[in-house]
Amino acid sequence: MPKVETRRAILSDLISRLTSLTGKGSAGWMTVFGAAIVSMIILMTVFGTWISPHNPTEINVSPPPNPSPPSAEFPLGTNLLGQDMLSRIICGGSIMIQVALFSVLFCFAIGVPIGLLASYVGGALDKGVNLIMDSFYAFPGLVLAIAIAAMMGRGVINMALSIGVVYIPSYYRIVRSQVLTIKELPYTEAARASGARGRTILLRYVLPNVLPSIVVVATVNFADAILTAAGLTFIGLGVGIDVPDWGWDLSKGRELLPSGAWWVITFPGIMIVLLALGFALIGEGLSELLNPRLEK
Amino acid sequence: MIILPSLLEVDSLTVDYQTRIGNIRAVEDVSFTMEKGEMLGLVGESGSGKSTLGLSIIRLVPYPGVIKKGHIEIDGINITSTPEEKMQSIRGKKIAYVFQDPMTSLSPVKKIGDHFDELIRTHEPETGKKEAFELAKSVLRDVGILPERINDYPHQFSGGMRQRIMIALAIVLNPEIVIADEPTTALDVIVQAKILDLLKSIRDTYEMALILITHDLSIVLERCDKILVMYAGSLVECATSKELYRNPEHPYTQRLLQSIPNIKIADQKLQAIPGSPPNLLNPPKGCRFWPRCSQAKAKCRLEKPPLVEFHPGHFVRCFKENVKP
Repeated sequence: MPKVETRRAILSDLISRLTSLTGKGSAGWMTVFGAAIVSMIILMTVFGTWISPHNPTEINVSPPPNPSPPSAEFPLGTNLLGQDMLSRIICGGSIMIQVALFSVLFCFAIGVPIGLLASYVGGALDKGVNLIMDSFYAFPGLVLAIAIAAMMGRGVINMALSIGVVYIPSYYRIVRSQVLTIKELPYTEAARASGARGRTILLRYVLPNVLPSIVVVATVNFADAILTAAGLTFIGLGVGIDVPDWGWDLSKGRELLPSGAWWVITFPGIMIVLLALGFALIGEGLSELLNPRLEK
Repeated sequence: MIILPSLLEVDSLTVDYQTRIGNIRAVEDVSFTMEKGEMLGLVGESGSGKSTLGLSIIRLVPYPGVIKKGHIEIDGINITSTPEEKMQSIRGKKIAYVFQDPMTSLSPVKKIGDHFDELIRTHEPETGKKEAFELAKSVLRDVGILPERINDYPHQFSGGMRQRIMIALAIVLNPEIVIADEPTTALDVIVQAKILDLLKSIRDTYEMALILITHDLSIVLERCDKILVMYAGSLVECATSKELYRNPEHPYTQRLLQSIPNIKIADQKLQAIPGSPPNLLNPPKGCRFWPRCSQAKAKCRLEKPPLVEFHPGHFVRCFKENVKP
């Protein structure tokens, strides 16, 4: 069957690409390691319903007293409602990953085109957009996200939008600084001298040269967005109780910590840190790898 | 006798940079013509307006530059009044430009072939990608780059090779005029000679007119048919290179020729021109060169000399007496 073969070819190509990355020094290792963490967490979340030992939202799967410490049947213990922590850890990443993904997409879709256009055209447009972006930047990020999230109410998309608004200025700024440099460089002048239109220069010369920086910002932003999403859930602006979520568990576990129930707060915390770390590693690694001079 | 129109006609061109501190007249009243297949040298020191003149021909004078007066005609098309869209189809197709710094003139994220592909298909949209690559390969071969390197990135080439690629990009659409703006300034002397010889041989095989902008009089004397000498925005002398070398008439050109070291005379002191070029914000009245001229008369300080035909085809902007040989 040719389909399986092509799939196999794609897989082996991917593996060889990943292993060749490790030959590029610490930056390569960082990227591979980060990608491994992130992809493992994503896989775990996607298949969570099938691999988790209990239903993560069912209460009193363990008989009271709850919360009960880690045991043979409940390796990570249970929470106050008697839900299995292991199952909640396995399934609880989905909200955070979705929120981070949508917020980054949202930032990308708004910040990059605005940055490209405004800084390429320059003049009054650039000044106006700059003013708006700077006023967003003046707010402390988390406070602004909380305010917007509180205004819009609960839900994955609302959370993503409120986080996205906070990070648009950082995309805009990166894009702007790059565009201002690139539009003065001889190769864009050479393109103009060979008859290229403004649109061609913007899309074929400026954008591809800006893209590596944006990709790096996006991956680093993933980590930030996850932490902000956790923060929003922690103060009760996340999704409802019926969806397993690390941020929610963290928030509830805090109340149990004084009674000595460390397991309820520790494991979700570790997962959030791991996921953020994974994205941060990819971002840092990519920022070094995407320098075209490293290419053999 | 039928007089054929020239390929390029520049008529009393004046270009200003309107800056906040004042009006800078970078090119003043420059007129010349150029024939098909001719090789023209445009010589002048930094700030003499030679690059501005070159950029005016493709109407890409950088902001805040404005073409104030005069007009430029290529093949009967008036460049100064053509709409921008038409201009875009002229740039690259009819007139090509080779820039000074080959290290940064190619986009670092695009492969060499993609540069060609985009240029060719911008001007000839019906060309396929394969054909564009084939065309690119054949031109690369002509400039001495191995065609199989078409899939390499710019950083994988040396400065000299990149300038060869820039030349290949300039000639791939068979333009009628190539303007090379100091194409060898960023390169060392040996590569410089090779690139200049390449430009000349390309000119011969592709039968295109070439404008070579440079500050080095010796390289244009050697290779060009006609030479324009610019000083502080004005055209001071225009003649064939042989004529210019044998009978330089303008005092500036004479001093320039004297300041080229002569290999036959050992132990010579290099002849420099005293003083420095004028500030164009506040140029000297009359002839632009009089403060540095050893033959300056009272008249030179007050009036701007006209361009006079001293010998047939040899124009000089000077009040000095025309001593016929």
